[in-house]
Amino acid sequence: MTTPLESAEPAVQAAGPADERPTSRGTLQYALSKAGGALFSIAMVLVGTFFVFRLLPGDPVRNLAQGRNMTPDQLDLERRRLGLDKPLIDQFLNFVGDTLRLDLGTSYEYKRPVIDLIGERIGPTLLLTGTGLVIAVSLGIWQGTRAGWRHGSRFDRVSTGVSLLLWSVPTFWLGLLLMMVFGVGIGPIPSLFPFRGIESVDAPDGFGYVLDVASHMVLPCLTLVAVVYAQYLMVMRSSLLEEVSQDYVTVARAKGLRDDEVRRRHAVPNALLPTVTLVFMRIGFVVGGAVTVEYIYTWPGLGQLFYRAIEVPDFTLMQGTFMLITVSVIVMNTLADVVYHLLDPRVRSA
Amino acid sequence: MTETQTTAEAVTTTRPTLLEARDLHVEFSSRGRRARAVDGVNLAIGEGEIVALVGESGCGKTTLARTLLGLERPTSGEVRYDGNPLTYTSKALKTYRRQVQLVLQDPTGSLNPRHTVYEAVAEGPRIHGLPDEQDLVSKALSHAGLRPPDRFFLRYPHELSGGQRQRVVIAGALALNPKVLIADEPVASLDASVRGEILALLLRLRDELGLSALVVTHDLGLAWNIADRVAVMYLGRIVESGPVEQVLTAPRHPYTQALMSVLPESPERVVLTGEPPDPTRIPGGCRFHARCQVLASGKAAEAGVHTRCRTEPLPILPATPEAQAACYYAETTTP
Ligand SMILES: Nc1ncnc2c1ncn2[C@@H]1O[C@H](COP(=O)(O)OP(=O)(O)OP(=O)(O)O)[C@@H](O)[C@H]1O
Ligand code: SF4
Ligand SMILES: [Mg+2]
Repeated sequence: MTTPLESAEPAVQAAGPADERPTSRGTLQYALSKAGGALFSIAMVLVGTFFVFRLLPGDPVRNLAQGRNMTPDQLDLERRRLGLDKPLIDQFLNFVGDTLRLDLGTSYEYKRPVIDLIGERIGPTLLLTGTGLVIAVSLGIWQGTRAGWRHGSRFDRVSTGVSLLLWSVPTFWLGLLLMMVFGVGIGPIPSLFPFRGIESVDAPDGFGYVLDVASHMVLPCLTLVAVVYAQYLMVMRSSLLEEVSQDYVTVARAKGLRDDEVRRRHAVPNALLPTVTLVFMRIGFVVGGAVTVEYIYTWPGLGQLFYRAIEVPDFTLMQGTFMLITVSVIVMNTLADVVYHLLDPRVRSA
Repeated sequence: MTETQTTAEAVTTTRPTLLEARDLHVEFSSRGRRARAVDGVNLAIGEGEIVALVGESGCGKTTLARTLLGLERPTSGEVRYDGNPLTYTSKALKTYRRQVQLVLQDPTGSLNPRHTVYEAVAEGPRIHGLPDEQDLVSKALSHAGLRPPDRFFLRYPHELSGGQRQRVVIAGALALNPKVLIADEPVASLDASVRGEILALLLRLRDELGLSALVVTHDLGLAWNIADRVAVMYLGRIVESGPVEQVLTAPRHPYTQALMSVLPESPERVVLTGEPPDPTRIPGGCRFHARCQVLASGKAAEAGVHTRCRTEPLPILPATPEAQAACYYAETTTP
């Protein structure tokens, strides 16, 4: 038999060396180091963009000419105007300098500064994809929470099934389907929503204009939400499932916490963490817009601009939109890291 | 063996019962089959008494503990607290939660990683709307040996050691000023060096606060060290119970004997044969008979009980403090 315990228990459990509280300085440092990493990535994007777009097939000047007959002199002149006759290193330095000054060059196709084109298109894109993101995230979190909480229930099976089905449908196909049914109208279904552009030609002013734009947004937004909300639902559902099986949930129940309070106070906030991270990473892509959806519904956004740039091809425009999209993804990923850090005390002091 | 334990035994018999399981059954249906996880248990925990519940993995200890806490509803039988059967209305349960509290094996999982120590300990008082929250939290932390308490308020669980975390969990239970602690393997996931501390803490809480405890464990040495009484569980039932020094120095049930024989001090080791117990297929007769070394060695046959061992179900042991064993062979050797 083992000897009975002597009261070896120390009277005081001093707080010990871990006494310094993790401070906000820790978070700031973390944010700065992340920002440093992001700057490095952006620099790499600049380098990458410069070389990739100069290695692409086709002579930009000839592309610019678009089959129009130009004399060699004219081509030379054009080449010099674009700085293509200088050594590569000078070209690169010029490129970096211009980019930093937000001078992204002039579009071959539209004959206007790329930055102006982006400026015009970014509003509609942010409006459409931002609204879509908010709806998809809310829908996903709401359904994911319910499905995870009542794991295996009818609601769980139906909502998970439907969202995954929509997720697996090609955007193009779903977009066209919705356009046919609710836009053009089929059989007894009248044309319910406009499906071309962002506003009507005869759009009224003031509040009427807001309504007009809103009605134009319905179908593209619906398409966007339908194909992406599954990922928020699934992340929320699985992380909630994980939280619900944790011992602290049992402990809270044993203390008398009601089920809905257990969900609100413990399970959902903790399960939201991975979802929030995912959302931030997605915000980066919002800027890029939804190329397919914008194309189908002729939405005057960045996605369509990018599509057009590839179709032409318009290298300066492609390069500009490409850089914008990559940089916003990098920035948002960095923000996602920092937000995660702020929300989770475990990582915060690590 | 020692004087303290003799007095403990004397007290055992006179302690009024606080928490009791009466003919408790808990069944689960798993893949279409009924698992009788708790299959007829009588168990009483007296005021200020520490009872150890021992038994191998899967025998139903956690299920019994959860049912005693009201986290699981019994299929039949009842849980009684302070003489009254537990009812499962949310109001009655909420009142009950202040009396009986829970400590789990893994302190890391038992604490919400995003709640500070203060929030964790204050949760109980907040749920029940108790006044002087901060005072309660300070007192609970001090009782649990975390002093000075305010130095721990803003800590997060990951900043503490395993032993300190378990103290926070215990403090969270103590903040409700309960009468009974149900501790499911409270030290099994801790470093050997801090196990003694946590056990000593439980003993001190009993002495200082008069707390009763049911300590679930599969460590007999631990049961010996802290319990007044021990109940040995096998396949959903208590097969032997009684004062700890009696049961553990002179075990009467072959299953207890087999458990004891794996201790390093034991002269010879009994190796149990047969399939591990499965609560979906509880054998008839004595539920231990397929693995019983006494039956296998022919000693039961010598005593003439072997047929009963195989065919006749044993009665459920009552909730008495005295030593008792559910075994036909034991009955013949000790009157
Ligand atoms: N919710 C449940 N649903 C189905 N079966 C369950 C459930 N909970 C427990 N069981 C089954 O009941 C039996 C007893 O489980 P329990 O957890 O009570 O054992 P235990 O003695 O605590 O084991 P351990 O020492 O491993 O913790 C096991 O066979 C287990 O599979
Ligand atoms: S009743 Fe028979 S089978 Fe059961 S433990 Fe006793 S001797 Fe073994
Ligand atoms: Mg268990």
